[in-house]
Formats: sequence, structure tokens, C-alpha cells
Amino acid sequence: MRITQGAFSYLPDLTDDEIKAQLQYCIDNDWSVAIEFTDDPHPRNVYWEMWGLPMFDLPDASGVMLEVDACRDAYPVHYVRVSAFDARLTRQTTALSFLVQRPPEEPGFQLERQEGPDRTIRYTLRSYAGDRPVGERYGRGDS
Amino acid sequence: MRRPVDRNAEPGEAAEESQPDMLADDAVLDVDDIRAESEVDAVLDRLDAELVGLAPVKTRIREIAALLLVDRMRARFGLSSSRPALHMSFTGSPGTGKTTVALRMAELLHGLGYLRRGHLVSVTRDDLVGQYIGHTAPKTKEVLKRAMGGVLFIDEAYYLYKEDNERDYGAESVEILLQVMENQRDDLVVILAGYKDRMDDFFRSNPGMSSRVAHHIDFPDYSVDELVAISGLMAAEHEYVLPADTAAVLRDYLERRMRQPRFANARSVRNAIERARLRQANRLVSEPGATVTKQQLQSLEPADFLASRVFTDDAETQDVDDDDA
Repeated sequence: MRITQGAFSYLPDLTDDEIKAQLQYCIDNDWSVAIEFTDDPHPRNVYWEMWGLPMFDLPDASGVMLEVDACRDAYPVHYVRVSAFDARLTRQTTALSFLVQRPPEEPGFQLERQEGPDRTIRYTLRSYAGDRPVGERYGRGDS
Repeated sequence: MRRPVDRNAEPGEAAEESQPDMLADDAVLDVDDIRAESEVDAVLDRLDAELVGLAPVKTRIREIAALLLVDRMRARFGLSSSRPALHMSFTGSPGTGKTTVALRMAELLHGLGYLRRGHLVSVTRDDLVGQYIGHTAPKTKEVLKRAMGGVLFIDEAYYLYKEDNERDYGAESVEILLQVMENQRDDLVVILAGYKDRMDDFFRSNPGMSSRVAHHIDFPDYSVDELVAISGLMAAEHEYVLPADTAAVLRDYLERRMRQPRFANARSVRNAIERARLRQANRLVSEPGATVTKQQLQSLEPADFLASRVFTDDAETQDVDDDDA
């Protein structure tokens, strides 16, 4: 099951050139760009590991691409995303966030139902990949 | 939904946007049209106007610009046009304009479409080399990342490599530089600058670096005529005027100064003008009950230069009695 998280996730995966163009757009807007990765695809897992520090002062996207590639090399089967933070007063929030790498196979989620009192049902999502320990969730371990 | 397209992928994309279909093999292109289409001439003219002398530098830039034109024409015929290697080394005495040309070079390569951003990141050994093991690589990479899309200008590059100390971290920095210079050729241009003899040593001990630097440009020392022309430009930059008699004194000054030690070409000219500005200010202000005109505020008089030590140290100065300082 293909995970749709962040912008562009309903599109086919962006090529490197397209990613670069998006990054350049972020930079041109004075957003700081950060790279994050995780292998826990749960939608409520919002705090991903950071790859290095956010990049504040790069004028060109190829510098960011360098880091994206470094992160992909280090974590070849993790999810990697780029998020751009708009620090302007009155906004101060993530302006754009999109995946730049996803695992080759995404097993998806199981919908779990929990019986409660009075026949109530609580629903929860459990990722199949999440059964395995961190770093081994998408085959080829690396950590 | 429209897929985003990459506008940054190829250098010179602006001109290629409206690219007509590929030409037939026997088609003929008018070079003048292509020239006019690209803004090469404007860039080169500005270079000529703003920089005095430096013939070898200008020749090289002309060649690079010409190659760009040829590449564009080749592209029209469907011939492959790869980006030339643009890493450069600037060698020359102090004050011969290495840094200035590097700055111009960044704008120029941007104007010609070889660089996407055209900014200049000027660094020295301090910015690249770390203080302890493991510190150098991230530091160098950080700088390289900042320079992407522009020019990385490494001033006094020979300090990067210390021959007598093999444990120096400079070598690690050089290694990373080499790697990026090779792999990221489209993303940045590295310019190494320094004094001629020491740069030669540097290249001798780093043959890999020498072969990756395509353009070794030597900056000649300026002649007196060129220095006078430079001083005119510098004065104009600050909205000062050098009247004819002042220019003559300045020429005399420069001739004397050139014979003295530690002459730093254009930098010495700049310093001379800065000091003349100080003396002019003092001259205008210290006269009791004086009034000034716009013209007085603008012009540097011979006296402003004659008060210099360069003249007073010398016994055979002829104009020294005009000196009111």
C-alpha cells in the first residue's frame, strides 16, 4: 500500500530534477529546509529523525540535494522527507513537506477493532512493517 | 495537475526555452544572430569597462563566452554540448585584482548561463579545515553546500596543504574538494587564488588538483598607466574627481611608490586615494571661515597626494613647497 503523506504524494514519485526544483522554490521563499527519515510509517508518527541540521543559508538546491542523497545512501530503505519551514512572523510553520524516498515495498496497515463496553468499537491502525524492530522493517537492514 | 518541471537542470536554459526544432545537417547559422540573442556582448563590454588591463584574464573569459555560443549552436544541430570544466586558479601579486575578478567571474558565468545562482562564497583555510579529527569533513562540506550554484573562491589556497606536516587536516579538505570538483562540475566552480610561486608549490604537491583546474590564469602586475586609469575609476566610484594636475601628481606618486617595498598594485592605489580623501577633508574643514562648493567637495587636489610620505621621504621632490598640510 502506497503511503500518501505530505505534498505530491498522489503523484508518481518525483524525479531528482523535480525534487530539486521544489527545493529551489523553498529556498527562493526563504524557507529553511530540513531532511528527516523514519521507518515507522504510521500516520501519527510526526516526529521523524532529523538528518543533520535544518539548512538555513544555502542559496542553491543542489546543496540540499547533496544531503538528500547522503541520507538516501545511509538509509536506502527508509522513508525520507523534506520539510520546509517558513519562519516568518504570523506563519511560523511547516510550509511544504514531501517524501523524497520511500521503501521499495510498503506492506501497509491493518485496521484493528477493539471491542469496548456497550458494543462500542475502537479502531486503530497497525502497520505490518512496524512488527519488526527499528531498522529491519523494510528488508535490507542498515542501522 | 501539472507536473513540476525542472527549470534549473541545464545551463543556459533561458535561451533554450524557445528553442526551435533541430536544424538540418546542411543548415547555416548566423553567428551574429546567436550573439545578439545571448547577452554575451553586454557582459563582455561591462568587463572591459570595469576592469583595467588584465589582458590574459579577458582573453580567457572571451574564450569561455565563445565556447558557450558554439555550444548553443551545436545544440541547434543536435550535437552534444557538454559543459566545459570551469575550475580556475588565479595567481598573481597582491592587489592585481584576483578577488575582484572572481566576483565578476561569478556574475559573468551566471550571465552566460553556466551557473544557476552566480553568488560568490569566499573562504580561506579557516573555513574549510577543522581543528580536530572528524571536524574537517563536515566543515568543508558545509562550505561546499553553501557554494553550490555559484563560485567557491578559496583565497590563499596553498595554506590548505602543508607539506611539512602530514597530519595536517588540510589534506582531508583538499580530498573532499577534489571529489566535489569532479562530481559536481555542473553545480559549482572552484577558483583557487594565491601568489604565483606558492600556488605552483601547492599544485606540485597536489597533482590531482592541478589537473582538475582547467584554467590557470596569471594576473600580471599593472603598469603605471593602468594604475592611473584604475585610480580614476576608483575615484569615480566614490564620486570624486581627479583633475588633470592631480592625475599627473598621482602618476608621479605611483612611480615612486612602485619602487618602494610592499607595493600592492591596485590596493596601494586604493589606499592612496583613501588617504587623499582624509587629507582633502582635513584641508576643507581646517580653513577658518571657509566655504565649500560642490566642485571642491568632489575634487582631490595635488596637495592631497603630495603630503604623502612617499614624496617627503624623497629629497628630490620638486612640488613639495606647494604642500599646505
